[in-house]
Amino acid sequence: MAASPLNSNLRRLAAALTGQAISLFARFMTAPRAIWQGIEPVPHQRIYFANHSSNGDFVLLWTALPAPLRRQTRPVAALDYWLTSPLRAFIGREVFNAVLIDRRPEARTEDPVAQMVQALDQGASLILFPEGQRNSSDATLLPFKSGLYHLAKARPGVDLVPVWIANLNRVMPKGEVIPVPLICTLTFGAPLHLDPDESKDAFLARATQALLALKAPA
Amino acid sequence: MTSPHLLWLLAGVGTILVLASIIGQVLRARLSPAGENPVIENLNARINAWWVMVICLALAFIAGKPGVVLLFALCSFAALREFLTLTTHNRADHWSLVACFFLILPLQYWFLATDWYGMYSIFIPVYAFLLLPVVSALRGSTREFLIRVSETQWALMICVYCASHVPALLYLQIPGFEGRNVILIAYLIFVVQLSDVLQYVWGKLIGRTKVAPNLSPSKTWEGLIGGTLSASAIGTALYWMTPFSPLQAAGMCLLITLMGFFGGLVMSAIKRDRGIKDWGHLIAGHGGFLDRLDSVIFAAPIFFHITRWVWSTT
Repeated sequence: MAASPLNSNLRRLAAALTGQAISLFARFMTAPRAIWQGIEPVPHQRIYFANHSSNGDFVLLWTALPAPLRRQTRPVAALDYWLTSPLRAFIGREVFNAVLIDRRPEARTEDPVAQMVQALDQGASLILFPEGQRNSSDATLLPFKSGLYHLAKARPGVDLVPVWIANLNRVMPKGEVIPVPLICTLTFGAPLHLDPDESKDAFLARATQALLALKAPA
Repeated sequence: MTSPHLLWLLAGVGTILVLASIIGQVLRARLSPAGENPVIENLNARINAWWVMVICLALAFIAGKPGVVLLFALCSFAALREFLTLTTHNRADHWSLVACFFLILPLQYWFLATDWYGMYSIFIPVYAFLLLPVVSALRGSTREFLIRVSETQWALMICVYCASHVPALLYLQIPGFEGRNVILIAYLIFVVQLSDVLQYVWGKLIGRTKVAPNLSPSKTWEGLIGGTLSASAIGTALYWMTPFSPLQAAGMCLLITLMGFFGGLVMSAIKRDRGIKDWGHLIAGHGGFLDRLDSVIFAAPIFFHITRWVWSTT
């Protein structure tokens, strides 16, 4: 379908406004506080990897980034969730410019890691939830999927920045409809890189520990 | 809503802020040119935040009753968000917390805006107090139940009920003072905040003996006495813009500066218990809304009721 230039400009404007509105709503609800503990908010290419306890996680992380960083940062999100309705597709694709990956190995036509590497090669930073799904269990973190390792191996120059998102699961517990306004904190840790001879399990364990270490407030 | 007295007070505050900004910049140029002195940097951040707060307040005054009520409703919202972030609650309290923000807070300010004194003075202490725990109880979780409902009620009392007594001053009817009630708000906030600032200044200059070493290292007897007395002296000198005689103004000032001090003390105890230094981060240099409002929140209901009993006809 060929969109006319006017139409596509309108869509872009609508996407920008929707992004601002969602961001403003997130600020109103959570007054997010970014603590740059191990790294400065400068425009380096990065993969922000965070704990995933709520659907609002990536919105909050995106909101907490300074505007110049936000523009070049794309969340990695599940295609099987974001393409289920036209509104979701608009928000996922056009508002947040998400890298949509298919979590179902049997159904997918594209390799998620290849998609993410392609986005990195285009200069984007990424927001990634290595647990692969929302954590509604009692465990602090679910076991990491291996995507983070493959990315670290494919593009070793990119900073892997752990981000602990605190309190968002209390703002919107699973199954609730109306969020309750509470202050959320995002703690950005020191960047990780894959050591040349580090195994997958060792690296994922180290990444998990780096994320968990941010949980206690500094 | 504007009166010459209000303009005088705002002009005075503006002059103080201009002086403070000049002093802050001179100190920065001399002692912290590259931003290396945290005390100077914090001082300048505080002064800049004061500009924003005074401008917001002035705009609300110009907008009249709706503006002031709306400003304090928003302050209550931000304060409640800070307070409830730190209280004990679990999944079962979700609906009662939602009710705090989106039902009780708007209703309290609605009753206020419609001047329904009989309702807004008991709505939270009676109706919210009795009905909110029911919402939590119906969800079935009994773990730490009394702690959970008490802390939620405390949050509402401090952040919504007490704070709403600042705009409530607009609805008093004082013979001979018609149309000038906004002065009462400006006067209350000015004296109490001035006392906070002067306690800080006196404490930094000659503070030795700590009032409550376990609570706050920065609260000293020298700061307390110097700050409350000097702020009360300045407040007394401004009696001509209030309904009070000089002696009455002095008494009122002593009362509200002391209440303001108690507010800071009590809120420090809560912060200390929860292991935090500031309630929030939205007011640069000061911390959160509650860090700045704690003294006014404690002083406002007492100031309101005494003014109402003695001077108001309603």
